[in-house]
Amino acid sequence: MSAHNAVCIYRKELTEWLRDRRTLISTVVVPLLLFPLLTAGFAGVAGSLLEKAKTGAIRVMVLGGADSPAVLDELRQLKDFEILPAADNWKEQISSKKLRAAVALPEKFQASLDSGESAEVKIYFHQGDLKSSLDANRIEKSLKDYRDRIVRDRLAARHLPDSLLRPFAVKQENVAPAEKVSGAALGGLIGYMVILLCMTGGMYPAIDLTAGEKERGTMETLLTSPVSRLHIVLGKFALVLTASLATAALSVASMGVSFLLVGKNAAALHTAQSADAQALQLHVSLASAAAILLLVLPTAVFFSAAMLAIALFARTTKEAQSYLMPMTFLVIIPAVAALLPGIELTPRLAVIPVLSTSLLIKEIISGTYHWNYIALIFASTCLYASAAMFLAVKMFQRESVLFRS
Amino acid sequence: MIEARDLCKHFHDKKRGLIRAVDHVSFTCRPGRIYGLLGANGAGKTTTLRMLATILEPTSGDAVVAGHDVIEHPEKVRAAVGFLSTATALYPRLTAQEMVEYFGRLAGLDEPTLKHRVDDLFARLEMDSYRDRRCDKLSTGMKQKVSIARTLVHDPPVMIFDEPTLGLDVMAARSIVSFIRECRDRGKTVIFSTHVMSEVEKLCDSIGIIHDGKLLAEGSLADLRARYAENDLEEIFVRIVAPLTPAEASS
Repeated sequence: MSAHNAVCIYRKELTEWLRDRRTLISTVVVPLLLFPLLTAGFAGVAGSLLEKAKTGAIRVMVLGGADSPAVLDELRQLKDFEILPAADNWKEQISSKKLRAAVALPEKFQASLDSGESAEVKIYFHQGDLKSSLDANRIEKSLKDYRDRIVRDRLAARHLPDSLLRPFAVKQENVAPAEKVSGAALGGLIGYMVILLCMTGGMYPAIDLTAGEKERGTMETLLTSPVSRLHIVLGKFALVLTASLATAALSVASMGVSFLLVGKNAAALHTAQSADAQALQLHVSLASAAAILLLVLPTAVFFSAAMLAIALFARTTKEAQSYLMPMTFLVIIPAVAALLPGIELTPRLAVIPVLSTSLLIKEIISGTYHWNYIALIFASTCLYASAAMFLAVKMFQRESVLFRS
Repeated sequence: MIEARDLCKHFHDKKRGLIRAVDHVSFTCRPGRIYGLLGANGAGKTTTLRMLATILEPTSGDAVVAGHDVIEHPEKVRAAVGFLSTATALYPRLTAQEMVEYFGRLAGLDEPTLKHRVDDLFARLEMDSYRDRRCDKLSTGMKQKVSIARTLVHDPPVMIFDEPTLGLDVMAARSIVSFIRECRDRGKTVIFSTHVMSEVEKLCDSIGIIHDGKLLAEGSLADLRARYAENDLEEIFVRIVAPLTPAEASS
């Protein structure tokens, strides 16, 4: 009978929840559409901007060089270079983003090259402007290629091999498995998103089922039924938990699919830059997904019970929103802290709620299983969840909370 | 049957200190009769009825409703009570039928009994035309009928009405009044709170006048008229809750 009552309340709450258009939008539509749109949109726009910046013509102002016509001719023949005549206000033009870069040739540069003396060519750019920085890099690369060609010509004139200046080559190569690379790049983000969405997914139902019911007058109707307060809390809590887990699961699935598609596109478009493409592809094994779900469960229980207790204290939905807003910050700060480089799991951090779970998800996605930490974090989060649940039940038994006026 | 014995309910308010919302109230309501609790706003009517319905717990005192103690067995009391007030609203996203069925299930009715009760109530209250319509799409009168069906679905022997006609138009109020009479005719114990004198005159077999949390007078309408040598209930009420000072009386 008792379990039947809690199930009965849960089923009714679920029916109402699914009929609420706002719920469907915030729990299903937004997570399912937001990530593909954000990821594809962001990746598409950023990719096209970068592509444009990398391949477009470089309009560069050359300062000096009147005494080095051969060098100027060489610069004019460089691919994609458009040489602009020198102007006195070149600095202002760069600062105001009218000009992306300027190259200053030293006096008697041609003569220095011919005599084999060293000289310095300066590239002026706007460090706060991505396009200016990219153009400066391309100018530097072209000038270095020009320099290397001069060196090669000089060596050839003396019948000396190129290897005289490059006795050996240096190359970096990644040996870490793909999941560790992607885990380091995206694991922290996944952990952060899962935790944040667990909370935001349950927030609206927690408010609607407590302060919302008080405001609409249905709480008193429910209290007239022969159901115990404990079973009312359990039924309502189960719905908040369902919403929380559903939002998180849908969001993560949507995010996973988005990253997969963007990663594949990136790989297809830039086979040469496969490392970048690989970093976008998540390699989450089934075991990792199951472990994350297991860890997220007590966290979601903790959030659901805490939000239910806090929102119940409020008289109106507006009041409940203002009570729950600080909780959002309390969750975001530790969840974001786990994204910071250098922060790793320690026994002390393992008992801090949210932060510990976020750090552990990052490790799990990277394929690292610290079983002692998994046990400690699971146990401590269960403890916090039980405390929050106890608080929610106590709040439901307090007349001063239920009939607060 | 309802027996309230020395019921007290105190609240603590930061500004006003201790508030005695209900102060040693005792009365008895019998099956097949309507007991009217008459009082001004803030007199303690709602708090008294909420204690009888076990929504609030008494600070001291006791009450027995349908043979169950409100403190010892609150869930059994609620299973024997139908509680209706303007504060008991309907779930907007449930249909009229779902609303009634939900409360039937919470009261522990099995599915065949529930179906029979719901069909019977919807036919009796002429609600069949909107049984599948969501409660937020119903008119005030329709909502009142759904609320009535909700209170009756488990066929409780005791009915508690807390200002059920407050804010209703004449037609909706009339249907509530006739429903209260019907409950009495079916042998239920009915307690009914109001501040509308005409409703008390029309409905109540016994009247309790409550003011500042205290039950100041009790009896049938005829008893009260005889006791205060006054025919008008409003005059009787005013004399009880705001008795004249000796100077006012002599002048």
